[in-house]
Amino acid sequence: MNETFLRRNLQPIVIWALLLTVPFWLPLFGGYTALAGRVLVFALAAMSFNMLLGFTGIMSFGHAAYFGLGAYGCGLFLKFVYASTPLAMLAGTLLGGIAGTLFGLLLVRRRGVYFAMVTIAFGQVCFYIAYKWDDLTGGYDGLRGFARAPIDLGLTKIDIQNNGTALYFFILLVFGVAAAAQGFVLRSPFGRTMLAIRENERRARFLGIPIEKHIWLSFSISCFFTALAGSLYALLNNFADPQGLTYVMSGNIVMITIMGGMRVFWGPLIGAVLFVALQDYVSSAWPTTWMGVVGVVFVSVVLFFPRGLMGMLQKRAGT
Amino acid sequence: MMQLVMFNVTNGLIVGAFYVLMALGLSLIINLSNVVNFAHGNFLAIGGYLAFTLTPYVGFWGALLISPLLTAIFGYFIEQLLIRHVYARNHIYSLLLTFGLGFILQDVCRVIWGPSPLPLDIPELLSLPITPDLFFITWYRVFMVGVVVVAVSGLFAFLRYTRVGIRIRAGTLDLDTVSALGVNVAALRSYNFAVGSFLAGLAGVLAAGQIGLNPNMGDDLIMPSFIAIIVGGVGSLTGTLLGGLLIGVAAALTTVFYPAGAEAVIYVIMAIVLLLRPRGLLGEEGMLS
Amino acid sequence: MSQIIGIGHTGRRKVLQATAAIGGLQLASPFIIKARGETPVKIGMVDPITGSLSALAVSEVEGAKWTVEQMNKKGGILGRPVELLIEDSANDTGTGVQKTHKLIERDNVDAIIGDVNSGIAYAMMGVTAEKKVFHVVPGGHTDPITGVDCKWNTFRTCNTTAMDTAAITGELVKRFGKKWFFITPDYAYGQTLQNNFVKKLKALGGEFQGDMLPIATSDFSATLIKAKAYKPDVLLNNMGGSAQINCMKQFVQFGMGKEMQLGGALFEIESVRSVPKEAQAGWWVMEWYWNQPNVPEVKKFVDAISPAIGGKMPTARHWMAYVSLHAVRLAAEAAKSLDAVKMAHALGDLELPPEVSLMPGKIRYRAGDHQLMSDIYIGQMHNAGPGGPDDLYKIEATVTGEEAAGPVESTGCKMSFPA
Repeated sequence: MNETFLRRNLQPIVIWALLLTVPFWLPLFGGYTALAGRVLVFALAAMSFNMLLGFTGIMSFGHAAYFGLGAYGCGLFLKFVYASTPLAMLAGTLLGGIAGTLFGLLLVRRRGVYFAMVTIAFGQVCFYIAYKWDDLTGGYDGLRGFARAPIDLGLTKIDIQNNGTALYFFILLVFGVAAAAQGFVLRSPFGRTMLAIRENERRARFLGIPIEKHIWLSFSISCFFTALAGSLYALLNNFADPQGLTYVMSGNIVMITIMGGMRVFWGPLIGAVLFVALQDYVSSAWPTTWMGVVGVVFVSVVLFFPRGLMGMLQKRAGT
Repeated sequence: MMQLVMFNVTNGLIVGAFYVLMALGLSLIINLSNVVNFAHGNFLAIGGYLAFTLTPYVGFWGALLISPLLTAIFGYFIEQLLIRHVYARNHIYSLLLTFGLGFILQDVCRVIWGPSPLPLDIPELLSLPITPDLFFITWYRVFMVGVVVVAVSGLFAFLRYTRVGIRIRAGTLDLDTVSALGVNVAALRSYNFAVGSFLAGLAGVLAAGQIGLNPNMGDDLIMPSFIAIIVGGVGSLTGTLLGGLLIGVAAALTTVFYPAGAEAVIYVIMAIVLLLRPRGLLGEEGMLS
Repeated sequence: MSQIIGIGHTGRRKVLQATAAIGGLQLASPFIIKARGETPVKIGMVDPITGSLSALAVSEVEGAKWTVEQMNKKGGILGRPVELLIEDSANDTGTGVQKTHKLIERDNVDAIIGDVNSGIAYAMMGVTAEKKVFHVVPGGHTDPITGVDCKWNTFRTCNTTAMDTAAITGELVKRFGKKWFFITPDYAYGQTLQNNFVKKLKALGGEFQGDMLPIATSDFSATLIKAKAYKPDVLLNNMGGSAQINCMKQFVQFGMGKEMQLGGALFEIESVRSVPKEAQAGWWVMEWYWNQPNVPEVKKFVDAISPAIGGKMPTARHWMAYVSLHAVRLAAEAAKSLDAVKMAHALGDLELPPEVSLMPGKIRYRAGDHQLMSDIYIGQMHNAGPGGPDDLYKIEATVTGEEAAGPVESTGCKMSFPA
């Protein structure tokens, strides 16, 4: 009994054990805590994106829009409304999530390449608004002049502004809650329907499943979670900028998902570790040509490792 | 004021013609191969840079001919080497592949030609205004439109009258049948990719003469092409043509009244089209869905 | 051609090896340094080496590398060797912030230099202030860095937009007239720049019109038609990078050079080199120039650095990096410490020696706002002259930094040090 429990949950147990001890072992490998925060933020964004790609079979190439809106929503709330970190995150999540839900209405009937192109274009629209509306957003220079507010727990305050480790654990907490919520959605009857749509849209339609409504809902949920990740990104940087809304960021989110393995729940987390570590290292080693090196990695992953690291490991374990 | 409006309509057509050239290449590849080529803007840059290198030897006119051809050959090899492996897979892979390819090509340009902007010298005659009254229309702009008209007519004639062209068109409509009839679809897609790259290379030479060269030059130009295709409707080359001209003129007219909104207007047009006619102006319903 | 394509294969292997090596290398490196006995002074530099500002960033990086090399030959900082760690911000704020964290938290740098992009420099200030690390901004011009948002630990070497505009407005009005037309990029830097120009121009009784355009504009014909109809005395081209170049090119093509003067705040040598001959014209501010016959230290500097940067003449960007790095050295030596607070106190109002400043006047980082009070040149751009391909500019007037910047109170900076 105990043994089967262990075997079944080995993956999450190892992952959580490693995540909880990051501040102790990461410096040994030349890492730094802010890097771990970045991994978690990108992992959450990619896992949210993967609800759509990996579990509904729908591809968006514009998720940076909702990520970026989450960041702006969070930053604007901290700057202009009230210095409360949880409320600001709520604001960011709502802004990105609602925008995604509305865009989703225009998208659900489109498929394939056309769907992807329209999501890219919507992403650019959001970039454009953030860039133009400089009285509010700071325009090209980005939104600045806000800072993470300490988390007030009544009895004590957690200083996430000046204590990097506290910030990491705060992000980890949010990540954990969000991942649990995603797991819950995917295990629910709705999650099963998403899989049915992924496997065979036509058959699902014959079974009487309202496909458009489900895709829309799945898109919307994915956008809310992505926006939550975006609001964490704003907290991590104390900054939000329009570059974060462009298709380059969207491409990175997609890449993280593929690198880790899009059919595996934890795949994007592994992808985020690989991607952030690679980017961080390569860009220091070859400051002038690192983009090309990253491009080579992208191309190689697509051609040679399309199932991603976790996909490959699972396949090997399965055979 | 009238002069300004007149000018901007003309200018919009010129800019639109340029978008058309770029978007047609992109559109060709999407229609036949279902691949959105993110690196299209980088093929454009390669075309421009090749022209820069060739000009001292063969002059501007020679470069205008040779550089797009070289870009086409380059495109052909890239298709053979990389892109053909992902046709059978989820679209996300072709997007990612060309996205990564874009990074590589950009750095290739940066390494070979350097990070600083470079000018492409054009013949003296072309840089002069056509008349003193129309000082703002240089011969180069007229020339650009001429080249685009020739290229677009050539493309449509190619698609209508040559064997490969007819097959490309047929493949766009129904690839399975074309394949069943014994056409080598793989080769067809390679030729088609080369044609698309040729158009990108040509656009690159023309753009370089007007705005100069830098490794990122494709980035600014690719988004209008995307929008031209979405507005015109995926699957229709005529739609792409119309879409490109429409957003070109709209952006130019906006410049007269509200210069800062020149970029915004093309997104507004896209949103309106998507709301009222979700498949685009001339898009086929069912295409690519 | 096949070689280009071949990158896909060889490159992949390299990357795999590289990623495999990360752990090992970084585990090992601290021990190597300890074994050497003298810990180097580490200076981290973050600049947009890739992206649209790369030409400027590459000059700064060249300048910085050479400066550190020279410094190490002359005993380094406080007798310790200097190690320069260069990171690419990719012209992206998130990346810039991440790299700053990396340099401070992992590499434990003693000072941070960067960024060319004002927005990124600004975001970096958030990190360096939080971590209490000495920070020099060599080349980001936006005003608040040493204005309303100044920080005790941040010094800036290049001028503010307010200084550049103040320096040239008077000259242009005096020489050509006070009816102006602006072509300005529509973002914070452009807006501040134009507002500063307008303020100065109005004070002199001038009038103006202008267009705000997207940063990446490549076709200026519509705006130039407006400008021609307005018949201004001076056309101010505030655009940057390739947009500025294209604007100049079209201005010349339309034959407008005969009808009005051309000018603006900055037209950097990196850009001037890549415009066609006809567009190498107009009146501009130069923040530093290699040809200053009256300052012997400049010639010495130019002769020494030129071979190291491919035989070209150093630009203002090389100078900015040079001065910024020496500022770190001077601050550390005056404070006899690498403690950021002590260094910041020591550098304020410290007069830079001429072999560092490379300017005719006596210049210093002003204690009140940490802005370098450098001399500002006003002059004319011209085609390459007898001095070689980089002989492109003639200094016609010099304005002192204090004159252009105005009193500290006018910048809005309230300097406060940590208790």
